[in-house]
Amino acid sequence: MKRMVSIAAPILLIAVLLAAWEAACRLWAVPTFILPPPSDVVIAARDNFDILASSAWNTLRVAIIAWIAASLIAGAIALAVSLHWAVEDAVRPLAVILQVTPIVAIAPLVNIWAGLDHPERGVVALAIVVAFFPIFSGALTGLKSADPDLERLFDLYGADRVQRLLRLRLPSAVPFILQGLKVAAGLALVGAVVAEYVAGSGGAHGLAWRILEAQHRLQTAKMLAALLVLAAMAVTLYSGLQLGEQAILRRWRGR
Amino acid sequence: MTQPIAELLNVEVDYPRGRALGPFDFALAPGEIVALVGPSGCGKSTALRLLAGLEGPTRGSVRRASGRGETSVVFQAPTLMPWASALDNVALPLELAGTSARDARGQAAEALVRVKLGGVEAAKPAQLSGGMAMRVSLARALVTNPKLLLLDEPFAALDEITRRDLAEDVHHLWAQTRPAIVFVTHNVEEAAYMAQRVLVMTRGPGRDAGQTTIDAPFPRPPGFRTTAAFREAAEKISNDLDRAMRAP
Repeated sequence: MKRMVSIAAPILLIAVLLAAWEAACRLWAVPTFILPPPSDVVIAARDNFDILASSAWNTLRVAIIAWIAASLIAGAIALAVSLHWAVEDAVRPLAVILQVTPIVAIAPLVNIWAGLDHPERGVVALAIVVAFFPIFSGALTGLKSADPDLERLFDLYGADRVQRLLRLRLPSAVPFILQGLKVAAGLALVGAVVAEYVAGSGGAHGLAWRILEAQHRLQTAKMLAALLVLAAMAVTLYSGLQLGEQAILRRWRGR
Repeated sequence: MTQPIAELLNVEVDYPRGRALGPFDFALAPGEIVALVGPSGCGKSTALRLLAGLEGPTRGSVRRASGRGETSVVFQAPTLMPWASALDNVALPLELAGTSARDARGQAAEALVRVKLGGVEAAKPAQLSGGMAMRVSLARALVTNPKLLLLDEPFAALDEITRRDLAEDVHHLWAQTRPAIVFVTHNVEEAAYMAQRVLVMTRGPGRDAGQTTIDAPFPRPPGFRTTAAFREAAEKISNDLDRAMRAP
């Protein structure tokens, strides 16, 4: 019963809000270029389905490429850093600076460096920058999270550095790495969208571009439809990764 | 006394927050079972780490006749790798020492049978009860056939029934290969039951505050806890502990 309520409650709330929105638009005859009713958004989504779907795929593809690249780069750096505290001390401030600097602020620079002829490269690079930190931070924390008593046992049994890394520190890091990967995937999507905005009308035809384009034409319903697709994509991505994380963790700890 | 298997000679250990242990002398004969009893923070665990070679003394010296791979430690928590099966956990010391995975697993399976855990080889630690996890930890310590076995409050987190069960099992396991055992505990009765010799330590920094020898065979005969010998020993240890607590 409680379970059914917790599923039904948010759906009910959304339905009420949509109904109020629809009613308000009709009642006060709000101009559709300011606020179209939800029914117009649905129609816009249907009419522009093909173009929105292909744009969504463009954005998603960029996010996935960036996520994979960020995983490899951040994982490798975290591994190198975990081997010696001095390397960590050297790298950590840079990683933090990279993380706290707003992505929008560095985007124009990255676009110049990536080459104005290749806006898609700049977009991928920016998404990598955004996705880097959670993976780096998670992996590094994880690699240092091994049970100190287990570390002592490895001392006692004369384990070498490779054995310690492969048999203790990497497996101990698994839950932290999964968490970092999950957060990073969402951020990679955000990074891709932000970068598309900054790249502007170049050649990056992702969802952000569709939103900008619709804005210039005052097609507000289409803007909202693109936003709807973006939100749906983000939720799907996150839930998929959440399920994947849970499945791997269940195997990892045996229940 | 024959050549001791491990010896602490006038050791002192200083930590940044102050002295943790000593001056302290301690010698352990091969095959002997000794319990260290004392208040929290008296340096019992520090003494154990010195004996294991995991730490060095600030002053004094440590002599160890057991080489690498001949010393095992069991901690208060089972300290198992949560991602590895019981069998893989037990096989770990052998695999780290270079034994082939196949041989290591064979010996690990035997060790699990010795601690009465045949059949749980594939279980992960989260699927085991506290007592079972502790037995896996014990099997991992025994799989290398150590000459020196160091137990750091191994039963502290378990219920009374499980503790008694495990205490008896440790005696049975001891009878098979006769390792020297040092056993750290807070519990006077447990010390008197487990050990041939009980050493009471003062409040930190720990020093020797009296020793008691318990003259009874291993494994303990049934009803040992109600005999006069047991009660006398427990009383003496308890008095030593009272004095140790009041010592400056």
